[in-house]
Amino acid sequence: MRSPVFIAGAGIISAIGNDIAGNLAALESEAAGMGEMQFLRSVHRHKLPVAEVKMNNAALAERAGMSADIGRAALLSAVAAKEALRNAAIDNLSTWRTGFISANTIGGMDKTEDFFKDFLHHPHQGRLRNLVHHECGAVTELVADQLGIKNYISTISTACSSSANAIFFAARLIRQGMLDIVVAGGTDALTRFTLNGFNTLMIVDQQFCQPFDENRRGLNLGEGAGYIVLVSEKVARTLLHQPVCTLSGYCNANDAYHQTASSPDGTGSYLAMKGALEQSGLRPGDIDYINLHGTGTNNNDIAEGTAIKMLFEGYYPPMSSTKSFTGHTLGASGGIEAVFAMLSIQHGLIYPNLRLETPMKELPFMPEKQFRKGVPVRHVLSNSFGFGGNCSSLIFSKI
Amino acid sequence: MKNDPKTYITAYCSISGGKVYKDDKLIFKEDTPDETADFLLSVYKSFSIDYPKFYKMDNLSKLGFLAAELLLGGRQIAEEYGPERIGVVFSNASSSLDADLKYFETVKNIPSPALFVYTLPNIVIGEVSIRHRCKGENGFFIRDRFDTDWMQFYVQDLFDRGRVESCICGWVECLEAHYHAAVYLVESCPGEKALPFNSKHIHQIYETDNGEING
Amino acid sequence: MADLKQQIIAQLSLKDLKPEDIGDDQPLFVEGLGLDSIDALELIVLLQQVYKIKLANAEEGQHVFRSVRTMAQYIMEHQPGTAS
Repeated sequence: MRSPVFIAGAGIISAIGNDIAGNLAALESEAAGMGEMQFLRSVHRHKLPVAEVKMNNAALAERAGMSADIGRAALLSAVAAKEALRNAAIDNLSTWRTGFISANTIGGMDKTEDFFKDFLHHPHQGRLRNLVHHECGAVTELVADQLGIKNYISTISTACSSSANAIFFAARLIRQGMLDIVVAGGTDALTRFTLNGFNTLMIVDQQFCQPFDENRRGLNLGEGAGYIVLVSEKVARTLLHQPVCTLSGYCNANDAYHQTASSPDGTGSYLAMKGALEQSGLRPGDIDYINLHGTGTNNNDIAEGTAIKMLFEGYYPPMSSTKSFTGHTLGASGGIEAVFAMLSIQHGLIYPNLRLETPMKELPFMPEKQFRKGVPVRHVLSNSFGFGGNCSSLIFSKI
Repeated sequence: MKNDPKTYITAYCSISGGKVYKDDKLIFKEDTPDETADFLLSVYKSFSIDYPKFYKMDNLSKLGFLAAELLLGGRQIAEEYGPERIGVVFSNASSSLDADLKYFETVKNIPSPALFVYTLPNIVIGEVSIRHRCKGENGFFIRDRFDTDWMQFYVQDLFDRGRVESCICGWVECLEAHYHAAVYLVESCPGEKALPFNSKHIHQIYETDNGEING
Repeated sequence: MADLKQQIIAQLSLKDLKPEDIGDDQPLFVEGLGLDSIDALELIVLLQQVYKIKLANAEEGQHVFRSVRTMAQYIMEHQPGTAS
């Protein structure tokens, strides 16, 4: 038997709430987080809805206990990671071997955008390498300092599956006996860089997104951060509160099809889900809820749906894309959705897939339309798929 | 770090400073120093590689693609092991900054979707995976310098847990005029010239060309 | 149409191709030239940059970019200042 890795706590900030309580309230009242942008300055302001965290940098900095000069992604990260550690309520954190593994796809791009402008005017200022260290890696290191985590710090960048990958790397380090406690997840802030980029790919919805709908038009970009605290069995025994669940399975696979598009039959998604089930020793019928990757793009939803159809043939568990609430938070999405998975098990919740009107004609199942609570949820499958063909699935299981 | 003798480096390739090494042999050297893109194109041409998608890639992907291509030298590892049994794990310091800058230059005019696609570091893994049909686990780590202990630990763990039977790994770094790939193939059966898979040998491959050490 | 072919080759970095390698009616996508979804988006950029024509969405592109001939026709019909 492999020794289990326990989830001792979680922290989150997203467009629908600044902490766990805020997010739970919005999920229950079916209140989506998209709207006209308030903080990001962009020519698309009146055209493209985004899912912004409803705090400016100064307010975030105050909450994080950091300087407001720091990039927004680092501030979001610190707010959520600190909540995760408070939530886990670990005594004497400093006596354990601790790690912080954080994903992001843009680093300090909000600050970097200003740098680029200068750089392109005066390309010989020679600050480029400083930029990398100062902005990208710094997001993780700045926050690790804040958390008082020293033993192991790592940044992962595998597109939109980054933070799911961060979570299973954390589990591996604990299983290997290298660390006792790891805070893992991811953060990303909205930037013009990503908004313009996704817009040139013509996959941004000008209305609120409709994942898994026959008439879906694309995704809404969002921002936020989500972290879970993974601990070894030894640490779990010392905890004040009993951990809610374990990370019972995970798998990463490559779709090997196209740089950005998923293969039509969702090979990578299928391999990731199948591998995670095998590792956890569960059958498809054991899964009580699937948190879909469900971006709302034509390509993702049909590929993911086809893979689920193949794997779950005959039994389709309740499922939904919570990106219909939070938008697609890119490098943070796997972390945010891992927090939702834990809360689903903890409180017996099934989240709705907002704005679902017409089910996709290719699929024999449809996502949940209503919020439900008091449902016995034992095993949750969470999907995160990214550009570069990187596909990850995680399974969380009730203790 | 654990030193498991069951895994071996069966081939390696390094590209930097105008030189390409396969295993310990110098197989290409540019005559006069060139721009990164031109150098990569001459490598592509000189080995008669036929893969039109190469022209569309950003420099980081071209570098990783060429290193993997020369590393495998025509071997069809997907047929030997099955696509799901092959992993790809890369690391670098500058993430996709090289492509980010080039994309940013186009934003002034009309942003290029083809360039935006490459503004993520792991797209190079995608390109290598598409070319060689690798569908196993993949990871991309951003580090100030090549952490050979970590790379050894991480990849060895994939083998120990039965996640992969073969893995293309290494350092793939590209930022403007500076480029450095040090890529190697790890397998569990020793070939003729196989090196035990450990941190020391990874470091040797990284230093093959006495390339500038990042950091 | 030869100009258009040259522009397509440049925009999409199809360096191994010459304009005469692309047939006027040869399908540009999948079984023809083998272009993909990102190439389609780059063709939209090409129309905008060179011909000042803005396509509303990627679906419209599917018909416009069927072949070099359909693309040329579309440009003739939609170029600003051209009588239609």
